[in-house]
Amino acid sequence: MPYFLLCSAYWVCDVDTHNDAPKQKNVIEMKQICTSFGDHHVHTNLNLEVRHGEILGVIGDSGSGKSTLLREMMMLHRPDSGSIRVLDVDLATISDQLARDLYQRWGVMFQHGGLFGTLTIRANVGLPLREHTRLDDIVVDNIADWKIKLSGLQPESALLYPQELSGGMLKRASMARALVMDPALLFLDEPTAGLDPSGADGIDQLIMDIHKRYQSTIVMVTHDLDLLWQVTDRVAVLGEGRVLGIGSMLELSAMDHPIIRSYFDGPRGRSAQQQAHVVNQTSSLNI
Amino acid sequence: MPLLSKLTEKLLIVDASKINSIDSIGAWTLQNYLRQFRQRGIEIRLQGWTQSTEQLMLQIEQQQAVPLLTKAATPFIKQLGMNAETIWKSSVALLSFIGQVAIAFGSNITLRSRWRWPIILNNIQTAGVDALAIIGIASFLLGIVVAYQGVDQLRHYGANIFVVDLIGYAMLREFSPLITAVIIAGRSSSAYAAQIGTMKIMEELDGMRTLGIDPINMLVLPKLVALILVLPLLTVFSDITSVAGAMIMARSQLEIGFHEFLTRFSTVIHPTSLLIGVGKAVIFAIVITVLGCFQGFCTKDDADSVGQQTTRSVVQAIFIVIALDAVFSVVFSLLGM
Repeated sequence: MPYFLLCSAYWVCDVDTHNDAPKQKNVIEMKQICTSFGDHHVHTNLNLEVRHGEILGVIGDSGSGKSTLLREMMMLHRPDSGSIRVLDVDLATISDQLARDLYQRWGVMFQHGGLFGTLTIRANVGLPLREHTRLDDIVVDNIADWKIKLSGLQPESALLYPQELSGGMLKRASMARALVMDPALLFLDEPTAGLDPSGADGIDQLIMDIHKRYQSTIVMVTHDLDLLWQVTDRVAVLGEGRVLGIGSMLELSAMDHPIIRSYFDGPRGRSAQQQAHVVNQTSSLNI
Repeated sequence: MPLLSKLTEKLLIVDASKINSIDSIGAWTLQNYLRQFRQRGIEIRLQGWTQSTEQLMLQIEQQQAVPLLTKAATPFIKQLGMNAETIWKSSVALLSFIGQVAIAFGSNITLRSRWRWPIILNNIQTAGVDALAIIGIASFLLGIVVAYQGVDQLRHYGANIFVVDLIGYAMLREFSPLITAVIIAGRSSSAYAAQIGTMKIMEELDGMRTLGIDPINMLVLPKLVALILVLPLLTVFSDITSVAGAMIMARSQLEIGFHEFLTRFSTVIHPTSLLIGVGKAVIFAIVITVLGCFQGFCTKDDADSVGQQTTRSVVQAIFIVIALDAVFSVVFSLLGM
C-alpha cells in the first residue's frame, strides 16, 4: 500500500516529465550581465554558461559577486542589464505561471540552511510538496522522511527543529528540502562552509551521489579547494566583474591570471591539488 | 622623570640591561615619553636592549609617526539632507509595499484555496483571544476613570444622569476603538515586525522565495485577514467592559442604578456610535498590520536592527492610529454623524 501511494505520488507530481530537456542545450545562460549596488559595480558584462548535467563550481575573492550571481540565477535579485535564461526560460520576461513552474524544477541549499525555525525538519522538507501539489499529509510526511534518510540524516532528526541540529545536520536537512521535488537544477551556496573535515567529506560524497542519482545540473559557490578538485566538472573564477576563466581545475591551473593563480600557488592550493591526484589515482586503481 | 624635562644635553642613552622584560604597551608608553625629547632635537640611543625588544621599540617609533585616522564629521546641512532623503525613500517604499499587499489581497480573492486558514486561525488566537484579558481590564478601568471625571463635573449642575450620554458617546465612538487599537498595536505590530525581521536575517524569506512561496502571501495576508476580523470584535468587547466599569462608578458615586443607566443608554445612544467605533477598528487593523509587516521587511542585517524596527513599527502604528482618529472625528462631525 505505501508503495502504491508513492507510485501515485510520482504520477500526481509529474516528477519524471521535468527531465525531458534536450541534452545539448545549456541549462543556464547569462549574457552581458551588469550589476551594481550604488557606485560599486559588481558585474560588468559578465557571460556564463552552465552545461546540462555538469557540476559547476563558482569561486572568486570576497566581494567578487559570487553570491549575487547565484541570487540572480534564482530570481532573488535582478541585474541592471543583461539576459539570463534558466531551463530555457528568459527570466526578464517570465510570467507568474512560468515562474511558479520554474520554482518547482530547482532546489536551493542556503549557506545557513534557510530552513524555517518554527517547523520541524519533516515539515520543512515537505513544504514544497504541500505548496505545489495536492498530496495527502501522510504521503508528504513519508516522502519527506525518505528524502531525509537519503540525505544521510538519522530518521529521528525528522522530528527535531532546526535550532536543535548541528551544522552538518542542518546542511543535510537543507539538502533534503532542495531534493524533495527531484530537481533538474541544484544551487548550493557554500555547502561545506563551517563544517569539520569528516562532515565536509560527507557532503562531498552526498553531492556526488545526488549527481549520479538525479543527473541534475549543480551550481556551487564555494571556497573549499578539496570540494573543487574532487567534485566539480568545471569551475568558473569570478573577478574584476566578469568570469576570468572557466574550465576544469586542471585547465585552470595552467592559466595565467593572478587571481586564478592564487587558487593553485599558495600552500593550500598545492596540497589540495596533490590530494586530488592521490584520490584520482586510488579511484582509478579501484576500477 | 620630571627632572629630565630640564635636560640640555644633546644625547640620551636608554639603558635596558637591568630590565627583565617589557611588553608592547610598556614599550609604547616609554616611546611616548621619549618623543618629547626627539621633538626637542635630542638624539635617543638604545643600549643594552635585546634584539627583539629593540625591534619592538623601532616598530613603535615608526607607528607613532603615523597620525591617527579620524573620520571627518558630516556637516549639519549634509546630515539634514541625508535624513530627508532617507525619510523620502522609506515613504516611497511604504507606498510600494501597500501596493504589493493590495495586489496580493486582490489576486487571492479569486482563488479561495490560497487562503492559509490554519495560519489565519492561529493569528486570530494570538492577536485576538490572547488579548481579551488585557483589553477587558484596560477598558474596564478606562470606563471607571472617564465616568469618574464626568461625574465630578456633572454633579455641580445636578446633571448626573447625563453621565450615560457622556460614556456612550466618548467610549463607544472614541476611547474604546482608540485604546484597543493602541494596545493591539503594541502587542501585534511589534510581534509582526520582530517575526518578519528575524526571518529576513535568517535567510528564511529568501528560502521562501526560492520555493515559489510569496512572503507577502504567506506572512502578511493571514495577519491582515485575522486582524481585520478580530479588532472590531475586540472593540465591541472593549465597549462592553468600559460601559460596565462606568456603570459601577455611576452606581457607587451617583446612585444611578444599573437599570436606570441601561434604559437611558438604549434610548439616547444611537447604533451609529457603535458602528463608527467598529468601522474605525477595521481601518486601524489595516494600519497596524501593514506598518508592522513593512518595518519587518525593512530590517537590516544586524542584531540592533530587529529591535529598532520593532520600536519603529509600534511608534508609527500608534501615531498613525491617533492621527487617523483625529481625522475621523473631524470628518464625522462635519457629516453630522
